[in-house]
Amino acid sequence: MGEIKLMKGNEALAEAAIRAGLQGYFGYPITPQSEVVEYLAREEPKHNYVLLQAESEVAAVNMLYGAGGAGARVMTTTSSPGFSLMQEGISYIACAQIPCLFANIVRGGPGLGTIQPSQSDYFQATKGGGHGDYHLIVLAPNSVQEMVDHVYLGFELADKYRSPAMLLSDGAIGQMMEKVQLPDPIEYKPDKPWATTGKKPGQERNYLTSLYIQPEEMEEKNIELQAKFKKIEENEVRFEEYKTDDAKIIIVSFGLSSRISKKSVDMAREAGLKVGLFRPITVWPFPANKIADIAARKQVNFFISIEMNAGQMVEDVKLAVNGKKPVYFYGRMGGIIPTPKEILTAVQARSRS
Amino acid sequence: MKEGYKLIYQKPKTLREKRMHYCPGCFHATTHKLMMEVVEELGIQEKIIGVCPVGCSVFAYDYMDVDMQEAAHGRAAAVATGIKRMHPDKIVFSYQGDGDLAAIGIAETIHACNRGENFTFIFINNGIYGMTGGQMAPTTLEGQKTTTSPYGRDPKKAGLPLKMCEIVSQFDSVAYVERVSCNTPANARKAKRAIKKAFEYQMQGLGSTFIEVASNCPSGWKCTPEESLEWLKEKAFPYFPLGVFKKPEEV
Repeated sequence: MGEIKLMKGNEALAEAAIRAGLQGYFGYPITPQSEVVEYLAREEPKHNYVLLQAESEVAAVNMLYGAGGAGARVMTTTSSPGFSLMQEGISYIACAQIPCLFANIVRGGPGLGTIQPSQSDYFQATKGGGHGDYHLIVLAPNSVQEMVDHVYLGFELADKYRSPAMLLSDGAIGQMMEKVQLPDPIEYKPDKPWATTGKKPGQERNYLTSLYIQPEEMEEKNIELQAKFKKIEENEVRFEEYKTDDAKIIIVSFGLSSRISKKSVDMAREAGLKVGLFRPITVWPFPANKIADIAARKQVNFFISIEMNAGQMVEDVKLAVNGKKPVYFYGRMGGIIPTPKEILTAVQARSRS
Repeated sequence: MKEGYKLIYQKPKTLREKRMHYCPGCFHATTHKLMMEVVEELGIQEKIIGVCPVGCSVFAYDYMDVDMQEAAHGRAAAVATGIKRMHPDKIVFSYQGDGDLAAIGIAETIHACNRGENFTFIFINNGIYGMTGGQMAPTTLEGQKTTTSPYGRDPKKAGLPLKMCEIVSQFDSVAYVERVSCNTPANARKAKRAIKKAFEYQMQGLGSTFIEVASNCPSGWKCTPEESLEWLKEKAFPYFPLGVFKKPEEV
């Protein structure tokens, strides 16, 4: 099944969205993700989706709220500064429980930063990002193939849980070209009785809101949301392990840095060091239980979190390990991609100490 | 119906059985009623989707018995755009106050109008931030006292009040712009006719339609409802004249 192509990450993401039944795209150009909207603009005449270049990311996320609330399968894509602008809207979307898909093709920050790849939006993506208690379902692709697969998965999970979902990718995966297998297109038939599509005869009207002015009602809404998040944590954790079975040292890494770390594992093994890689695929829900299991293994000496930021996921790793084993961190910032050798050196340094 | 009584008036069935939270004399309640009468008369209750703002009318979905979404402050035009683009066959409206539409959301307003988004703006301009306790709005009149302009609005510091009808009627893509009020029964009837026309033009796909209701805020203006009507006539209408600013060519 499917079609095999050589594609750029951002274009593969756009093509996957079309094949997954995209009905509405609202976005604003920003490097390094503009190829998504450009691809969708080129392909638009062949398909039935609505494509609208908004006046800002602020407008785009609210168009998503409207269109998703009216029952459509909708997506927006952006990069870090743009994702910051969307946070208010995402908070409303999370509370009103509107399924939709975001992709943040992360670039280095803070501020206007750089257009080079980074993982420094991990906190923003996994801890909510906007105001209030909420989470998005966050998938962290590490290949062009996963830019495709995670679009399908993200849409599916968004609908299943009436929740915003997102791809936490980066400028390198967005820009690089790889072989990719494209799944067959699906015919999307939304089943959303809660959507605002016009009042049904004999039924109560539908309304979508995030306003519960009585604190008792607001707490009740929060309890409902937390119960949903718990269900997602119980059912949707995804991860990948590489040579962890006999490993004494566990590298924890997601997205682009996990790909590089995989190479470092092989180099370490050649040098006689038993290193394994644990890669969260969902960074929220975070695979904390699995990491705790690994931490309980006798032969495991320590964990080291490898990230392209100042040390963000390492906090979740520490919470999961819960003091059972040491947890270290190595990372590069500001758009610098670490080399496999550099990561190996960091692992070896901890191994000797 | 009790024996011996004859029904001569009732609220539209498209308004819900819910006691409104609006202050006595406020035009929000009147405008809600006029809009829902139009919805009933046009028979579009099952075809209309509304967007309410952040402001006093944030709970409009509690009163209007139609599908609705509650938007973030200023973003109603973007939300309405999203809905209408997915459902071009439905009738969509945004219901917004002056802080929402003309201050924090003016970018969304201008761009939705420039794209000719085929939905109806119902713009309630009462020249003040009512919900937050009476602060200065982009439409507060020169010299008007509010909690953040306690000595009166000073144009040197705050500029002059924004005339939204005059601004949006300049776009080719905007089909219909009218400023109405509800200060007299005659004007309320005119307002209802304007709302009806706006929905009808939308159903014909003519482009953006924009109805401004020159409104009042007795609580925020610190006056009685009656005095607020006087203020409208003496102070507001000279600066915000009522009337049609733009209409489709064929009518």
